[in-house]
Amino acid sequence: MNPLSVVVRTICDIFTWFIGIFGIYIIIHGHMTPGGGFQGGAVVATMMAFLLVSHGGKKTLSFAKPGLYTAMETIGLLVFIGAGLFGITTTFFFNFLAGQGGVFGATVPIGPNSGVLNSAGTISIMNMAVGLEVIGGLSLIILYMFKGIRLFDNAAESGETGHDR
Amino acid sequence: MKKRVLFMIAILVVAGTFWGALDNIHPFGDVPVAPMDDYYIENAQQERSVNNVVTAVVFDYRGFDTLGEAAVLFTAVCSVLALFRKGREGQ
Repeated sequence: MNPLSVVVRTICDIFTWFIGIFGIYIIIHGHMTPGGGFQGGAVVATMMAFLLVSHGGKKTLSFAKPGLYTAMETIGLLVFIGAGLFGITTTFFFNFLAGQGGVFGATVPIGPNSGVLNSAGTISIMNMAVGLEVIGGLSLIILYMFKGIRLFDNAAESGETGHDR
Repeated sequence: MKKRVLFMIAILVVAGTFWGALDNIHPFGDVPVAPMDDYYIENAQQERSVNNVVTAVVFDYRGFDTLGEAAVLFTAVCSVLALFRKGREGQ
């Protein structure tokens, strides 16, 4: 695909930052507000589709790193399983960090309240792990499906242009 | 003709089953008695120190389910990568 017009590219350059910040906000506030790892990861992965559509394949594929996304996906799943496995002395997926103090172990007041960010124990860690996994996985799917488009494959050889210009 | 009669009978059977199910449906707005729900809502803040009870259920009380979801996503990504990887022509 060819890059879209300069208006689209400028707006995209501004708004990708907001998309990324919003997605990361959803991930790390997963234990306080609606959302969580899956939803926030999907929002961040939208960034990749946004860049591919507006900047075109040649530029985006030059700086996108599939190896990094593969590592993110694998590390996310491993951290998720590890956080579940560490509570194995009680049960699998026991929340051994909740209410113990420390970074993830603050207690919340009982009843309706606005929440404490560094609470929730392993739930917070699992949210971040799943978010990492979803970001990596969905970005990989978008990248590889884009690489699989025949139009883009033949464009370099035959001088064929995309549909948008 | 025979086909049409069979079709009518099938429709009648399905409609009858649906009618019976509708007769038996839970009344709208009536809270069902579920001790598990009450347990989650009352104890999630105290036991797991989470305000979002839905997250407490998804990631803690039913964490094994979420592990399955993450594994499904991982498998989907692996299969997409296997399908779209660069290969030689005709391979």
